[in-house]
Amino acid sequence: MATQSPQRPLPPGPVGQWRGERIDRLAELAATPPDERGESLTRETLRRLRRSPMAIVGAVVVLMFVVIALVGPYVLPYPPTATVGLDQIRPGQIPGPSAEHWLGLDHLGRDEFSRMLFGARQTLLVGVVATLFGFSVGALIGGVAGAANSLGSRAGQWLDSVLMRFIDLLLAMPPLLLAFSVAAVLGRSLTAVMIAVGVAATPIFARLLRGSMIAQAHRDYVLAASALGVRRNRVVLGHIFPNSLAPVIVQATLTLATAIIEAAGLSFLGLGNPNTSIPEWGTMLAQAQDQLAVRPALAVYPAVAIIITALGFTLLGESMREALDPKLRR
Amino acid sequence: MRATRFKAAVVIAAVSALVLSGCADSDRDEPDAGANTDATLIFGTEGEITTLDPTWTSDSISSRVNGQIYETLVRLAPGTVDIVGGLAETWEADETGTVWTFNLRDGVTFHDGAEFNSEAVCFNFERWHNLPPGLAQSPDMSYYWQQLSGGFAENSPDRTDLGDPLYVSCESPDPLTTVITLREPSAKFPNLMVRQQFGIHSPDALQQFDADNIGGTPAAPEFPVYADEHPTGTGPFMFESWDRANGEVTLVRHDNYWGETATIARLIFRAIPDENARRQALLSGEIHGYDQPNAADWDTLESNGMRLEIRDAMNLLYIAFTQDQNPALEDIRVRQAIAYALNRQAMVDAVMPDGAEVASQFSPPLLPGWNPDVPAYEYDPDRARDLLSQAGFEEGEFEIDFWWPTDVTRPYMPDPQSIFELFRADLEAAGIVVNAISVPWTPEYLAEVQNGAAGAHFLGWTADFPDTINFLGTWFSRPLPQWGFDNQSIFDGLAEADAEPDSETRYAMYEELNAEIMEYLPGVPISHTPVAIVFAPNVTGVEASPLLDEVFATAQISE
Amino acid sequence: MARFLVRRLLQVIPTLAALSVLLFVWLRALPGGPEVALLGERATPEARAAIRDRMGLDEPVLVQYAAYMRDLLRLDLGTSTQTRQPVLEEFLLRFPGTVELALAAMVIAVGVGIPLGYFAARRRGSLLDNLTVGGSMVGICTPIFFLAFVLKWVFGENLGWLPTIGRQSPGADATHITNMYVLDGILTQEWDAAWDAFLHLMLPAIAVASIPFAIIVRMTRASVLEVLGEDYVRTAEAKGLTHRVIRGRHVLRNALLPVVTAIGVLAGALLSGAVLTETVFAFNGIGLFVYNAIRNSDYPVLMGFIMFIAFTFVLVNLLVDISYSVIDPRVRVR
Repeated sequence: MATQSPQRPLPPGPVGQWRGERIDRLAELAATPPDERGESLTRETLRRLRRSPMAIVGAVVVLMFVVIALVGPYVLPYPPTATVGLDQIRPGQIPGPSAEHWLGLDHLGRDEFSRMLFGARQTLLVGVVATLFGFSVGALIGGVAGAANSLGSRAGQWLDSVLMRFIDLLLAMPPLLLAFSVAAVLGRSLTAVMIAVGVAATPIFARLLRGSMIAQAHRDYVLAASALGVRRNRVVLGHIFPNSLAPVIVQATLTLATAIIEAAGLSFLGLGNPNTSIPEWGTMLAQAQDQLAVRPALAVYPAVAIIITALGFTLLGESMREALDPKLRR
Repeated sequence: MRATRFKAAVVIAAVSALVLSGCADSDRDEPDAGANTDATLIFGTEGEITTLDPTWTSDSISSRVNGQIYETLVRLAPGTVDIVGGLAETWEADETGTVWTFNLRDGVTFHDGAEFNSEAVCFNFERWHNLPPGLAQSPDMSYYWQQLSGGFAENSPDRTDLGDPLYVSCESPDPLTTVITLREPSAKFPNLMVRQQFGIHSPDALQQFDADNIGGTPAAPEFPVYADEHPTGTGPFMFESWDRANGEVTLVRHDNYWGETATIARLIFRAIPDENARRQALLSGEIHGYDQPNAADWDTLESNGMRLEIRDAMNLLYIAFTQDQNPALEDIRVRQAIAYALNRQAMVDAVMPDGAEVASQFSPPLLPGWNPDVPAYEYDPDRARDLLSQAGFEEGEFEIDFWWPTDVTRPYMPDPQSIFELFRADLEAAGIVVNAISVPWTPEYLAEVQNGAAGAHFLGWTADFPDTINFLGTWFSRPLPQWGFDNQSIFDGLAEADAEPDSETRYAMYEELNAEIMEYLPGVPISHTPVAIVFAPNVTGVEASPLLDEVFATAQISE
Repeated sequence: MARFLVRRLLQVIPTLAALSVLLFVWLRALPGGPEVALLGERATPEARAAIRDRMGLDEPVLVQYAAYMRDLLRLDLGTSTQTRQPVLEEFLLRFPGTVELALAAMVIAVGVGIPLGYFAARRRGSLLDNLTVGGSMVGICTPIFFLAFVLKWVFGENLGWLPTIGRQSPGADATHITNMYVLDGILTQEWDAAWDAFLHLMLPAIAVASIPFAIIVRMTRASVLEVLGEDYVRTAEAKGLTHRVIRGRHVLRNALLPVVTAIGVLAGALLSGAVLTETVFAFNGIGLFVYNAIRNSDYPVLMGFIMFIAFTFVLVNLLVDISYSVIDPRVRVR
């Protein structure tokens, strides 16, 4: 049922299919008609969300993270790159938490607490930019494919099938390896990491947008609109796109979580910004490996922060997905 | 006059060499009754070896492994910087200093059973001298022969830096006497020959396994079968196998060794690139020792009972300026400003191990020729800013491309990233704009910076042999793209020092040169760093060598 | 069945062709151009000219592509700039290690994940269920290399229960046939070597298993939940079939369908996990090799790796597809 969208080309094997299935399922939620009570999809979803503990926890974590990311850099006790405590550092000796430095110092005498606060912003930036990149490019490709498909012409079908084959190919590759191929070309910088992770997220959004457009193409209100003579693009822009919003928000939330983790992985592999004085949780975690014997806490702080943040986004995203989908509720 | 004193000095050197080698022999401990002579010693290295024919290598890992297989005419007494007899018992030069006679050791056999004699020695020298133009003469391939001789029988046409070779000829008047003739006297001969790259190979094996058949490119050379599978020397260990998948080279005891046979039966070098992994492997007993433990780990290792040996700091970390790349650097005030802006002491205290010190000049205090009275550049950011504005650069107007290497640790540079970050902060605090350019050590960093791509860059040096010329001469004896300057006075001064046969005079010349170089300031010397080596508690008998040239044949592993 | 197989095989070809084109473009997009990427910066002008000649870089693009495909089809993936050995040889030497690691991880993930997912579904809403769901989410959100470090730290350095370096103890004199050390030890009856290799496999396998474990648990749970609510189960219950029969014949078989599919996805997760984990444990598989290639800009290896995994993935997909069609005959019709 969910897998038999009309005229969908066969993907290159179940790998693309499985990831694709979940995305397709999400996409079709865009076309869910209002339920018996006549409420719109959004309002009903929000109501369910308010009752779900998972959603609440996730939302709280995300909110905290965003607030810290936005406000943090203005309330730093010390500049994050200043080696204020350098004279206390010796090889094998890094001071831990104290009254002046709540989380202690890092291996070059910088205040760890300030770096963690500042890192929240950098990490959020990486996640948001990567997700935005993935969404824009993905939506473009997916939107074109979906539109081409809905046009009904032969050429349109062919274009859709070619684009989707390409997308499924990307979907079949492990995201980390896809990301590093991109980063290898772009060199070592934070921008490269953001783009690379974005590229890994692109096929997901492409498939999502395309799926949601196609799912809606056969809905009554679309057929009615075209029967009334409303031009096709107005239907697309006026109805189909806005209805696709909900699944996109869900997917974006989930992608943000994985983007942060993948970026940390790329930093670990050495592909991040070589200027490691600028704090970012992924790079801080990667660098802390060298200090594990001396002060393992330097690895624990960013790791826990990444886990909690990713978890928050995941909880929120998953609960939104469950709330959207009547089939998943129980 | 000069010649006679020279001859006397050489005779004294030869006699002391004889005495010292004798002493070294008798000082060697008898194996402990409790030590296990069937033991296998496993040593962790920072990476894989390049190949088993040291002619083609210059990296420290290959040198270490090959140093157990091959022997040289002269060598370092274990644990010291004294040059004693190896395959040659005594040696002396004639009055001109250009004809050297080596009296070889008797009763030495190669691993393949062939007899070691002066014909074999000449075969080896002629082989190096006659390396064909092309890849074999590339600076990556036969680096040390080029350092010694400066040229070949036939130089590659595109190598303008190769000249008339120092080596002229080799004769073997009798099986135990070798006579080598040089074009002119040099402080490098025979001292540089303590390096493993001058190990003597069995001529039979060299010919049988096509040792000169090197193909490919400098970045991807294809080594001959000899180098990959049949290294044949005279040393206390023979090659058994090279497991490339696991990065393990296995050597076994050479039972027909001319001296005392090795006290262990097998010696395995295992590549463990990650320092944390090496430390853990040692702590868990999987390996018996490794080189260059992180300074941060010294305390942990010692408190766990490991035997940490700290070698003297025969190295230097420096920042080089490439004046060609950034003409602003031609102004001495700019160079001085950079020197004043760097807080070298703070960096050394925070990052470098105990015993490291800030360098005041381009050679270490341990070697004669070090000058206590050179111009000092204390940390003074205000002075730095002053000098910059005198040179016409206000805050934020002077920009420099600063290169630093990633994915590497060197004895003189245990943590490039931390060092770079601290210095960058210092420079920025003095109003200098730093373009940080990080490049992986392999494959590009060395080639790039030595070709003058950087404005300023980090590099360093560990001594090949214990003489100041090995430091100053490596960098300042002729115009090099790495430094991008032309100071004839310094070049001439070094050439004179190199050719000066009397050591006292030479040392005085070195001191003057050090002062002159620090006045000119082609770069900023940063630090000398002691380098440690660590062994498991039950391993004894391996003496730490300041030049990283440890001898494993005397190792003992007790139960 | 045969038609299905042939059709799937035919579909593989355009995918691989598209990939080869992508790689071709990628290589030329690398900074410095392909000759620098393949030889390194230290290449002499002669070497660069030689490789330009050999790759025909001055020829029209189509000719270049033909030469590139010719090399690919001859399985000539070039030479590593780090080890100076042929890339394909290096892969074949190290890949079995990663395969062994991946298999061990899959065994852990499946062996623990499926039962856990099943019981969590059966006892929906219980503490076990909530812990399972929560735990699997945390598992997905934890950077694998951090988990690897924690494992190494706790079990290796502090408790000392398990080895943390490499695939075998140094100096171990084991015979290698397939290069999968545990298997080799068993085949040659060198039980010590097999056990040694097995111990070295433990910690990395647990780390690599974390993400597949989390995915399998959630999938099994969701799948079982879905099936439990299906009509045919209720029918069977109404018919009075015992729970055991229902479980075995219906629930599990249908619930496993998506899990089998997921193995294809998991292969990807396993490979990425291997790259990140092998470095932490100095485990000499293909992941560590690629990690070093990334750090040392060893482009021949990177390129060869991408091609190599693409080929492996296509193979895995095919196998999963076939087994999927065995489990669910309806698939073959599609």
